[in-house]
Amino acid sequence: MQTIREALRERRLLVSDGAWGTMLMAAGLTPDICAEFWNIENPDAVRNVGAKYIAAGSDLITTNSFGGSRFKLDDYDKADRVRELNRAAAHISREAAGANHFVIGSMGPTGKMLLMEDVTEQELYDAFRAQAEALLEGGVNACCIETMSAIDEGTLAVRAAKDSGAETICTFTFNHLPDGTYRTMMGVSPEEMAAAVVDAGADLIGANCSLGPEAMVEIVAAMHAAVPDVPIIVHPNAGIPSFVEGETRYPETPKSFAAQVPALVRAGASIIGGCCGTTPAHIREIAAVVNNSRGEAKAITS
Amino acid sequence: MNDLIERLAICLERGKVNRSSPHPPDLKDQDGADELTRQALDDGISAETVLADGLIVGMTRVGKKYSEGKAFVPDLLMAAKAMKAAMAHLKPYFESGQTHHRGTFVIGTVEGDLHDIGKNLVAMMLEGGGYKVIDLGVNVPAAKFVQTVQENPGCSVGLSALLTTTMVNMEKIIKAIHEVSPATPILVGGAPLTDDFARRINATAYAPDPQGALDYLSAATS
Repeated sequence: MQTIREALRERRLLVSDGAWGTMLMAAGLTPDICAEFWNIENPDAVRNVGAKYIAAGSDLITTNSFGGSRFKLDDYDKADRVRELNRAAAHISREAAGANHFVIGSMGPTGKMLLMEDVTEQELYDAFRAQAEALLEGGVNACCIETMSAIDEGTLAVRAAKDSGAETICTFTFNHLPDGTYRTMMGVSPEEMAAAVVDAGADLIGANCSLGPEAMVEIVAAMHAAVPDVPIIVHPNAGIPSFVEGETRYPETPKSFAAQVPALVRAGASIIGGCCGTTPAHIREIAAVVNNSRGEAKAITS
Repeated sequence: MNDLIERLAICLERGKVNRSSPHPPDLKDQDGADELTRQALDDGISAETVLADGLIVGMTRVGKKYSEGKAFVPDLLMAAKAMKAAMAHLKPYFESGQTHHRGTFVIGTVEGDLHDIGKNLVAMMLEGGGYKVIDLGVNVPAAKFVQTVQENPGCSVGLSALLTTTMVNMEKIIKAIHEVSPATPILVGGAPLTDDFARRINATAYAPDPQGALDYLSAATS
């Protein structure tokens, strides 16, 4: 199968998937359950999420392995099951995706901070390396390091995934500051992130979570200006959630979200999907707009 | 003396822990919170003054910068580290009763939620602000909060949650605490929370950031 960058050279734009966490919760996952353990205990529910996204038009789907590093699994006393749970995650998404769609292995932050001497660089690298290798064994096309906020942890994860032989995607999560700029909670700007993770070897970069699609436009533009040759992937939330009558509501409907896809494409995004609050219905609308936007997309030449 | 106290405030604001600490680069090879606190106490400055006019002033400055988006999580963490180094010297004065805490603050991440970074930042800021902090950790059930409140009359409580799915657990915890202790102030905070949500679940106040929690308690208890 081609690499994701090769596919972008041909097709210019690709559609990623939407949220998994909120979809799994709708299927009964509660926060006290280890989500990755569902890859063993409830694989049908996990596969169903991926299958719905493929049916909605995703060219790429992620895996249920966001918290699959040994540090996160340790919260549930499952630190010794990294290989098993990540392999299963990859295998399930591959089943849902078939041979002709991409599976990108989700790798989230460990929750440990090098700055506070919670862990050493070697420990972080080893943890990401073990996760990336298990995802590759399970059949992913690429690793997707996501929701990062610290340069040191993000770049270690990129190096680990690259050293495992994976095409590597890295997305950070940014907040909108009172002065109008965007930075991660660790103080990293989109430009700083782009330069650092590309230097570490990332093949694709981007942003996910925290913000809705409109706010992502500026972030994409900033990254595109910093590293013009690197394809950009965005997974915005369905806006900022509010809590109404006992339930969490995300403001962006499939239509309102998709209406912002052309602006994301003009800013330089090559792959568009969603994060928290997005559903297969969002992806269906995004896919429709993407198919009409290829003419405006930047060419990927390398 | 004033110079020493101001330098201490700067060490907190900039996260300068001790002389050998490489951070921040422009204060390399200078004394940090560790050495300056020792010097201040040796010079006869009271522990109270060191805390109130040096450490808390610096902590407040970095907290304000954080609220304004001009400082970030690493700045708060380094400030907390500097505070910890300073507090090691002040501890004997607190323990001997010469200096008093401003109050007791019980904090935890609510049931179902395992995220601790936000909760830890608030705990550090409050500790830095002169409060005795009882950190109950993550995934804390209502009963544990209730028991701790009963064991610490006059305390305030902070509830943290990172997920939209766990912040809803705050409501029953608040109800349980207020059933046994209606006057206990309960602050809530965490990424998905809003002022509006805090009001709906009958929290005493919403703290948008660590400094917000400190500001609220300072105003409420002064």
